[in-house]
Amino acid sequence: MVKVRGVSKQYGGKKVVDNVSVDIAEGKITSFIGPNGAGKSTLMSMISRLITKDAGEIVIGGTEIGSWKSNELAKKISILKQSNHINIRLTVKDLVSFGRFPYSQGKLTKEDMKYVDEAIAYMELEPMKDKFLDELSGGQKQRAFIAMVIAQNTEYVLLDEPLNNLDMKHSVQIMKVLRRLVDELGKTVVLVIHDINFASCYSDYIVALKDGKIVKEGTTDEIMDPAVLKEVYDMDIPIENIGGNKICVYFT
Amino acid sequence: MSIRTKIGALAILAIVLVVLFMTIDAGGHWDYIIPKRGKKLIAILLTGTAIAFSTVVFQTITNNRILTPSIIGLDSLYMLLQTVIVFIFGSTALTLMSKNLQFVMAVGLMVLFALLLYQLLFRREGRNIYYLLLIGLIFGTFFSSLSSFMQKLIDPNEFLIVKDKMFASFNNVNSDILLLAIGGVLVTGIYFARFNKYLDVLALGREHAVNLGVSYDYVVKRMLIVVAILISISTALVGPITFLGLLVANVAYQFLNTYRHKQLIAGASLISIIALVGGQLVVERVFTFSTSLSVIINFIGGVYFIYLLLKENKSW
Repeated sequence: MVKVRGVSKQYGGKKVVDNVSVDIAEGKITSFIGPNGAGKSTLMSMISRLITKDAGEIVIGGTEIGSWKSNELAKKISILKQSNHINIRLTVKDLVSFGRFPYSQGKLTKEDMKYVDEAIAYMELEPMKDKFLDELSGGQKQRAFIAMVIAQNTEYVLLDEPLNNLDMKHSVQIMKVLRRLVDELGKTVVLVIHDINFASCYSDYIVALKDGKIVKEGTTDEIMDPAVLKEVYDMDIPIENIGGNKICVYFT
Repeated sequence: MSIRTKIGALAILAIVLVVLFMTIDAGGHWDYIIPKRGKKLIAILLTGTAIAFSTVVFQTITNNRILTPSIIGLDSLYMLLQTVIVFIFGSTALTLMSKNLQFVMAVGLMVLFALLLYQLLFRREGRNIYYLLLIGLIFGTFFSSLSSFMQKLIDPNEFLIVKDKMFASFNNVNSDILLLAIGGVLVTGIYFARFNKYLDVLALGREHAVNLGVSYDYVVKRMLIVVAILISISTALVGPITFLGLLVANVAYQFLNTYRHKQLIAGASLISIIALVGGQLVVERVFTFSTSLSVIINFIGGVYFIYLLLKENKSW
């Protein structure tokens, strides 16, 4: 269970995240949505200890985040940020193997290699596992990074805009994989996502943020409502029911 | 060629050069030659390894392959110290002062400076490592301006003494200092050993390292201290020579083409030893001491640096 209680973060006097409290549901996909600068990524970075919080507490599995040993926490929660530029030249397999670092401390055992191979197979990367990352397309690279997170085998998987720069086909592919992670492997997935229709079609819960505060949180059905979205995005967003999914038609 | 073979080849080349260095033109005066050349050789092996090691670690921490640890201003501080001694007490003081005292003082001052710098910057959380580099750069420039100002005021004869110190030289290494330096490097090496496993992960960048459970700030701070100590020891031993690190680290990346730091550090150290022993041979046998090793290293390093910049420029 991840509990966020009264968490704040400010940069130069401006509160980017302001007294936010939220519970992340187990075994579900939760999406953070909201306009640019709402504090979605900052909140996610605080939950995953990438940045420190100024106030409040974040409790993961009953223990405050600051009391966790970093290495133990890395077996419980993983994060993937939107920009993943890496300075060194790695093959896909090398990258995915890094996901086992919290367990192996660099000395890969047979069991570690089993997890690595499984993660590669899960993301359908076998044909290119010996290729270098800089030889891959954006979608393949993103899949390789997600495979690393899968090899890390954590209960909670946090992804900051995983669909950034991906085309439709690869976006759908990644979202389906995330759905499978939740449905088949029982993981808890948290996303920061900009495409509201992807959030609508794939998530179980949605947390809507604006100006560092939570505007509303609830099931996807509750949030996908013109009145709620109007409050979040300051624009009229008609919602159509297409094929059983609620789709926002906001383009014109 | 596998990486093992490459490192093996480097090791063989290094050994051949070392043997050549020890035996060339020996003429049978072993009891004279062995201690004299041996001291030089040990100094070369020690500095070569320390410089290669600290540059690779430093570049991994900063995620940047064209930086050397000299950017935090340790070289300039060393030069300032030498200049101040000559400026205030005169060159005789420098020549008369016990070599051990000089060494301990120089190392102590440089490590103290590095610690102060880190303390200043890491006390507040969330400070970026690039702040450290920037502040170090400013201090470095300040130190070298200050020393060049003093160098302009002193007697030209005294200036020659200072100028001697500006270039690294292996020609008159004191054996007492050598023992101190070996001890220092060994202790630092043992301290480093438990952090060794983190280097590969640190190369992925801060966010990935934190995600994979590395206590980033804790580890980076300690790595920077290790780097500062090794640089201080080698600078105080032979003079400023950090430019060599840039050369050997990048040759190692290119030649070995791996991300594994165990192999990178071993390779870079061997290349560094090859460059120094080979260079020293050239200085002694070809130029017959008419130039100093660091002039050659700086020349080759400079050309290579320009090549690197041009190459990186193209790959953007």
